[in-house]
Amino acid sequence: MTTTDARYSQPGPYFGAYGGRYVPEPLVAALDELSAAWEHAKTDPVFQAELADLHRNYTGRPSPLTEVPRFAAHAGEARVFLKREDLNHTGSHKINNVLGQALLTRRVGKHRVIAETGAGQHGVATATAAALFGLDCTIYMGEVDTERQALNVARMRLLGAEVVAVKAGSRTLKDAINEAMRDWVTNVATTNYVFGTVAGPHPFPAMVRDLQRIIGDEARAQLLERTGSLPDAVCACVGGGSNAIGIFTAFLDDPGVALYGFEAGGEGIDTARHAATIGRGRPGVLHGARSYLLQDEDGQTQESHSISAGLDYPGVGPEHAFLADAGRATYRAVTDAAAMDALRLLSRTEGIIPAIESAHALAGALELGRELGPSATILVNLSGRGDKDMVTAGQWFELIDRDAEQS
Amino acid sequence: MSGATVTSPVETRIRAANAERAGAFVGYLPVGFPDLATSIDGAIALAESGADVIELGLPYSDPVMDGPVIQRATQAALAGGFRLRHAFEALRAITAAVDAPVLLMTYWNPVLAYGVERFADDVVAAGGAGLITPDLIPDEAGEWLAASESRGLDRVFLAAPTSSDARLEAAVAASRGFVYTVSTMGITGARADVDSAARTLVGRLREHGVSNACVGLGVSTAAQVAEVLGYADGAIVGSALVAALADGGLDRLGVVARDLASGTRGPGRAPASR
Ligand SMILES: Cc1ncc(COP(=O)(O)O)c(C=O)c1O
Repeated sequence: MTTTDARYSQPGPYFGAYGGRYVPEPLVAALDELSAAWEHAKTDPVFQAELADLHRNYTGRPSPLTEVPRFAAHAGEARVFLKREDLNHTGSHKINNVLGQALLTRRVGKHRVIAETGAGQHGVATATAAALFGLDCTIYMGEVDTERQALNVARMRLLGAEVVAVKAGSRTLKDAINEAMRDWVTNVATTNYVFGTVAGPHPFPAMVRDLQRIIGDEARAQLLERTGSLPDAVCACVGGGSNAIGIFTAFLDDPGVALYGFEAGGEGIDTARHAATIGRGRPGVLHGARSYLLQDEDGQTQESHSISAGLDYPGVGPEHAFLADAGRATYRAVTDAAAMDALRLLSRTEGIIPAIESAHALAGALELGRELGPSATILVNLSGRGDKDMVTAGQWFELIDRDAEQS
Repeated sequence: MSGATVTSPVETRIRAANAERAGAFVGYLPVGFPDLATSIDGAIALAESGADVIELGLPYSDPVMDGPVIQRATQAALAGGFRLRHAFEALRAITAAVDAPVLLMTYWNPVLAYGVERFADDVVAAGGAGLITPDLIPDEAGEWLAASESRGLDRVFLAAPTSSDARLEAAVAASRGFVYTVSTMGITGARADVDSAARTLVGRLREHGVSNACVGLGVSTAAQVAEVLGYADGAIVGSALVAALADGGLDRLGVVARDLASGTRGPGRAPASR
């Protein structure tokens, strides 16, 4: 085993055979402008100081690392630590990325931001940053998602954002991205597109990764301080893949640390209703990048399904495609049912109600703990909190309780 | 085989239109809308009504460059069971019936899924002239540049008002047939005014030696066709034709297409011209 293996760290625009820019020409100038602004900001001490101040005094970073022994008793008695992104202002990891991109928006002199959102967490984070910086804000959200995440729609509106319910296609996240791109192409002179995950055209996969890597950087140091060693495995849920890349990046060159991404298995990956993009997809182009995607033999994007709006996406960030092919990270699927069980288990054993997205990582950790046994240490990215999911969770468990009584 | 020596059917046709009239009328219709047979008849009617070049749109699940009219039509085609092989069927039937060269306009993933080489072979076999690729920039087009070069297929890339000079130069160098000059920052759909940005952009493309610049996005009336042909080599109309077919079938499509074609007979006819 080599001690350092830097070949897994890729700057972009390409991650092995993946990434790039598959976009209409009118967007290229804006992407170039954003790339240049980010290249500069990344190493600019003034920008970094502003961002660090926001992280500390607005978001509440560093987020804690919580050991969860009562939960871990169900995970083969492995030690389990949660990186508490659920405790961030606005309730998820999405704020880390958004604050950086909002600062960048100001730098490139634009006064309006747009964003897509699935679960609504990225939309809420963007609306929050827009309020903080005095920017106009429009959020595109699939109509299906506006219904299952109605609370977040209300939050965005309260924060002053316009929320557009997208009625095209599958009426979920992928269609919200299409609509946001159309807005951007039309209004690029005044508008910055604050992309919510590590997918999309360059520079988004690299820039969002750079802005989210604080999760893993903090967690690595916290765990070393707490236990004196690195974890055996790191677990995260994967929608587009930003919280996963955020926690993976710090460990990429630690060969002893296994990286696990958990995709939404929906009703099962052998059904048509899942969002296991790496598990069941093929390489292709969607939303500006080459990566894995769920597609039919004609290259038409297939509709994904997940109980979790934030994971209900038929694409995935190109760096994950690269890490999967390279064998550096392993991607597994977690069903709706397994995720909901894990959600309830963490709630009852530790008093922490996770987002349904994050519950996929928890379910994965339960499985992994049973495989690795009591000597293992598992780090889980708890990417968000479950407040937004109470309607879904309420419906889900009522059904299960009624069925249970009947049987 | 050298691409430079192969004559592009689209370029030849646009040159002829510019010699005979004010320029070329390029018309777009999607395959499979409202059904496969009607879409084939529609494209034939479009050519017979005076379109110099046909753009045959390939329905795709995530059409980021398209406005509501074309989105609705291509979604309906997909819902009606459109498959890639229907595009080649349509291409074969249309090119057998009309002289106007036919380009397929397609987002990139269907081509990737089919296989770039295989797709190019089947375009050739069906008598197609080449491809317009709205979400493929020359930077990412290596495989397509090679496949089109060896087969003498046309390839149309986009130029935008925001494109740098270096990018315009790359678009001109990579394109054959014409350069799709995006009239305005936005997506497909009718607009009251075709942006003055289009005129500037065509001027910039000429400085980079473009042989054919055709202007599209928002062109929807004969007057706009005439206005655009005052400075460009071709005017591209999509949404107005799709709307005509959707609202009034082949009859209405013929009426609208003939009217748009009248815009190629010079500014004299167009009320809004100087
Ligand atoms: C809490 C939470 N976790 C995870 C995700 C999935 O996104 P990503 O894969 O980019 O982390 C979302 C998206 O909305 C989310 O809200």
